[in-house]
Amino acid sequence: MVMYYKILSTKRRLIDLRPSSDKKAALSVGWDLEAYIKKLFKGSLAIRVVTAGSTNACEQELTALSSPLYDVERLGIHFVASPRHADMLLVTGPVSRNMREALLRTYHAVPTPKIVVAVGDDAIDGGIFKGSYAVLDGAHAVVPVHYRIPGDPPSPETILRSLLEIFSDLDGKRP
Amino acid sequence: MRTFVLWIIQLLLIPLLSPFFIGVTRKMKAQLQNRKGASPFQPYRDLIKLLRKDEIISRDASWVFRFTPHLVFATTVLIGACIPLVSTALTNPFTGDFLTVIYLIALGTFFLALAGMDTGSAFGGFGSSREMMVAALTEGGLLMSLLTLALVSRTTHLSAMAAAVSSLSFYELPPVLLAFAGFFIALLAETCRYPFDNPATHLELTMIHEAMILEYSGKRLAIIEWAAANKYLLFIALGANLFFPWGLADSLAAGDILGSLLLFIVKCLLFSAAVALIESSIAKFRIFRLPDLLFTSFIISMIAIGLIV
Amino acid sequence: MPAFLHSQTFLLLALSAFAAGAFGALLLGGNDRRSALWGNGFAVVGSLLGLVFSAAILMTGAELTCLIPTSFPLLSLSLRVDPLAAFFVLLISGIALLCSIYALGYVNHYYRKYNLGVLGFFYNAFVASMILVVTAGHALFFLVVWEIMSLTSYFLVIYEHHEEKNIKAGTLYFIMTHIGTAFIVLAFLVAYLETGAFDFGAIKGGIAAASPFARNVIFISALIGFGAKAGIIPFHIWLPGAHPAAPSHVSALMSGIMIKTGIYMLARLCWDILPGPPPLWWGLLILLIGSTSSLLGVLYALSEHDLKRLLAYHSIENIGIILLGLGSSLVFLSAGMKVLATLGLVAALYHTLNHATFKALLFLGAGSVIAATQTRNIERYGGLIKVMPQTAFFFLVGALAISALPPFNGFFSEWMTFQSLFQGVSTFHLMTKMVFLVAIGALAFTGGLAAACFVKAFGATFLARGRSDEVKYAKEAALPLRIGMGSLALLTLLLGIFSGAVSSGFADIAASLSAFRPGEPVAAVSFSALSVTAGFASLSPPLLFAGIILTMMAVAAVFVLLTRRRTTAIGATWDCGADLTERMEITATGFSRSITTIFRGVLKPTQQTEIEYHDAKLRYFPKAGIVRMEFQDVYDAYFYRPLQKATIRIAGQIKKIQMGNINVYILYILVTLTGLLLWMI
Repeated sequence: MVMYYKILSTKRRLIDLRPSSDKKAALSVGWDLEAYIKKLFKGSLAIRVVTAGSTNACEQELTALSSPLYDVERLGIHFVASPRHADMLLVTGPVSRNMREALLRTYHAVPTPKIVVAVGDDAIDGGIFKGSYAVLDGAHAVVPVHYRIPGDPPSPETILRSLLEIFSDLDGKRP
Repeated sequence: MRTFVLWIIQLLLIPLLSPFFIGVTRKMKAQLQNRKGASPFQPYRDLIKLLRKDEIISRDASWVFRFTPHLVFATTVLIGACIPLVSTALTNPFTGDFLTVIYLIALGTFFLALAGMDTGSAFGGFGSSREMMVAALTEGGLLMSLLTLALVSRTTHLSAMAAAVSSLSFYELPPVLLAFAGFFIALLAETCRYPFDNPATHLELTMIHEAMILEYSGKRLAIIEWAAANKYLLFIALGANLFFPWGLADSLAAGDILGSLLLFIVKCLLFSAAVALIESSIAKFRIFRLPDLLFTSFIISMIAIGLIV
Repeated sequence: MPAFLHSQTFLLLALSAFAAGAFGALLLGGNDRRSALWGNGFAVVGSLLGLVFSAAILMTGAELTCLIPTSFPLLSLSLRVDPLAAFFVLLISGIALLCSIYALGYVNHYYRKYNLGVLGFFYNAFVASMILVVTAGHALFFLVVWEIMSLTSYFLVIYEHHEEKNIKAGTLYFIMTHIGTAFIVLAFLVAYLETGAFDFGAIKGGIAAASPFARNVIFISALIGFGAKAGIIPFHIWLPGAHPAAPSHVSALMSGIMIKTGIYMLARLCWDILPGPPPLWWGLLILLIGSTSSLLGVLYALSEHDLKRLLAYHSIENIGIILLGLGSSLVFLSAGMKVLATLGLVAALYHTLNHATFKALLFLGAGSVIAATQTRNIERYGGLIKVMPQTAFFFLVGALAISALPPFNGFFSEWMTFQSLFQGVSTFHLMTKMVFLVAIGALAFTGGLAAACFVKAFGATFLARGRSDEVKYAKEAALPLRIGMGSLALLTLLLGIFSGAVSSGFADIAASLSAFRPGEPVAAVSFSALSVTAGFASLSPPLLFAGIILTMMAVAAVFVLLTRRRTTAIGATWDCGADLTERMEITATGFSRSITTIFRGVLKPTQQTEIEYHDAKLRYFPKAGIVRMEFQDVYDAYFYRPLQKATIRIAGQIKKIQMGNINVYILYILVTLTGLLLWMI
């Protein structure tokens, strides 16, 4: 009980999510998402993480998202175990050859409408493993990718801001 | 006319309120982890989003898989019409028997376990196996705890039981409180909370209820999650209105009903807080420690029956 | 209602239809198709006639006594049909009718393998003897037809005599049923000693003068004798071997009806023949036996992966539930509370009817599955719902009924059994209350464990993908099989919805028994609802059924409306990126492993592992392995085997008097004669 008193009386520190003035993380778009899908997932998003041969650096950052400091749950985002329950696939890692089939099956197991985000430089174009015989150089080689979050690995703050930007009301098309 | 309106309200009350109490429990757990947590109305947003998604059904699945969510949801709605929620004057002598309630719950569990096996994945199969193990052993404790109340009130009608318990004298209370301890263990077991099951786990090897619904998507997943929330609120309502029925209206006057509804919500919030506190304090038990806990619930209720004067 | 329909002639007409079927089938034995058609066809006719006859008796409330004396008192036909007997004739005829229709299509897989004339002969004789057993009015005649029933069922059990284990099962059944008959003979002999008569009516009249000790002896020996036929624990060891060995329609009859004849005679004895309030310990003993039977039956069923053995153990469990109803009724009778005693008896009789229907349904379903896949091992089934959808649906209805789930009939009879036990707890004190509490606990756990067992049985058999090659060639069952199963499924639903009407019929039957005469008010049940004494409990079966159906339709309508623009795609099962093989599905043994591990004190599982290594000396790399997991039957290991060993040892000692020397034998004769002469003088 003393523990709960200590927990409840600790002042909460949450990451500030107001858009900052420093340069936005480059969020280039693979395929455009329709507005209705963004509106659908704005209040409630289920994410399934697929580690396709990653170094687990991105996974550590993703795990930190559930901590009291970043607290992704307050935005209505939660992680799920089964791709059937998921709306968004977060792919990390440069997609090794052995994971190609698994990633493809995971993609097909997610019901439409769905979003695929490649997190980390490895998933975007192979990163430090680019050109190796064992990898397929990025998630876009296997599944259609809608968004990318660059960084090696991107900090949890970057991931969080990028997720919010995916759903913010942005006018105009992306190049 | 008023009775008809009140019955409609009673039927709709559980489905409408249940996601809120799931959200409240999650919020309290988050607070106890020094997080802000999602809003208590988040489950509503989850359900609406799921209803707007498409579905993928496995090709190994049969009509049992497609049919189960509707049946499970229907049984929870039907049970909502059998238990006293806002007034003991709103009785249901046709199906308001506690045995009927227990076996309707068992009907839902039966089909859910079949649906878990239907897709032929390994997770669904052992999820069903564990669920049936827990359900089979919980039935004894649940039945005995409600039987204690039935013996005290000399009837097995749930509304009449609530009315009778609220008019007990102080010295007749010990059996009720002991039976409540047995009932609370059964509540945790049937609603898949700690220490029986972790509703927020990602590890399939530790899942019981979640493992059976891994293959559901879209609207069927929404129906099943909503039905699980209904079951949670149903058990809390049973605990609140049968074991602590003070405040339950005994007439159909509008003022009484409104007051009773507010008090009902307060009682359910207290129960949700208790569940959240328990979930934050203890770890999930190893599966072969669970039967000990369930037999304890059974024995506690037997002792309670022995204490009835 | 023409009086002819409930006359003696009509009953004899029904019996002669069976006789014609029996002998005709035997004579036509050379031609498989004709003898099967003749035998089963006449069984259908005979069952229909029996059905009409018993319905007429029940509707008019008439009683029939039929006496055809011959010069041998042992062979004189003496029948007495009162409402209780008429109910059992109705039960036998109804289930036999549907099983015979099923058999018309089912027996064709015996063509050219076994003699179908023999099957027709014994089948017709079996059904006819069961009808005679429940209508017998004279103890000696009863013993004759009881023996005929046991013998015909023995021959049916060993019908598939090419299999070794069927013969062994038949032998065990033969021995156990004759041990039971010995105790029944003992009971009748004690009754004869006390009253000087063998006729049941005369015994009823004269037994009031018997000493309590004699009545206790009659009760105990009848309990053991009829209990051995009913399959109560500890006399159940023949059941799991014999019921699976017989052809499936015969298993349905044996499990659904034959074991109920034991219950019939117990009911007849305790409520009709033996007069006055029974001692309290009779009812308590039956309650305890019922609790043990139901719990152990379902636990052994959970450990089985042979489909028919699983169903046979469930019969033991349901006999336990029937005994719970009977026991509570006896306890109330001994306290003089006739209304509550009626409730218990009605619950027991209703569960008898329900169990007969859903057990027959399950056995017929199992028979269809086994005929389609040629194996009884559940581990080799899977995915059969796609090739046998109707059989799967009927089996599901049977599984729901036996797990006591609303709105089928099993739920309502268990509800009534529970209510009578609740009344027992609230009425009595101390020891009796404890026994009732134990009974309630046993019944509560039994219901849950039975549901778990049938999720396993139905799920492993019909759902997901096939686990072996045998299921690839399975086809849907033929039309007669589906008609038989479908009618039974419909019957389970109707018996559930109209439980009120059925229960009031049982209340009338109970009122006709001498324990409840003269005319006591027995109204604890009414037509459209079941209610128990003065507002303790009430339930409306039709409304419950309507409620479930309407709510389901409303829910489906609402959700379809909300999501009408969504699509549903068909995809592969989520397999985490690996290929799902049939070995990755849950097995029946694996499914029940958690429960059997919890109850390992009772079930005593054993595990033997054999591993073959690549290098036998070094034993580092295993090449192949076999794991054998088995369960011991506690009664078999701790009661019957020691008994068997003791009997053999005693026989070995007695053997010593046979020395093989003829002079010693002449000495024995001399000593015996001298002794007798001296004793006479």
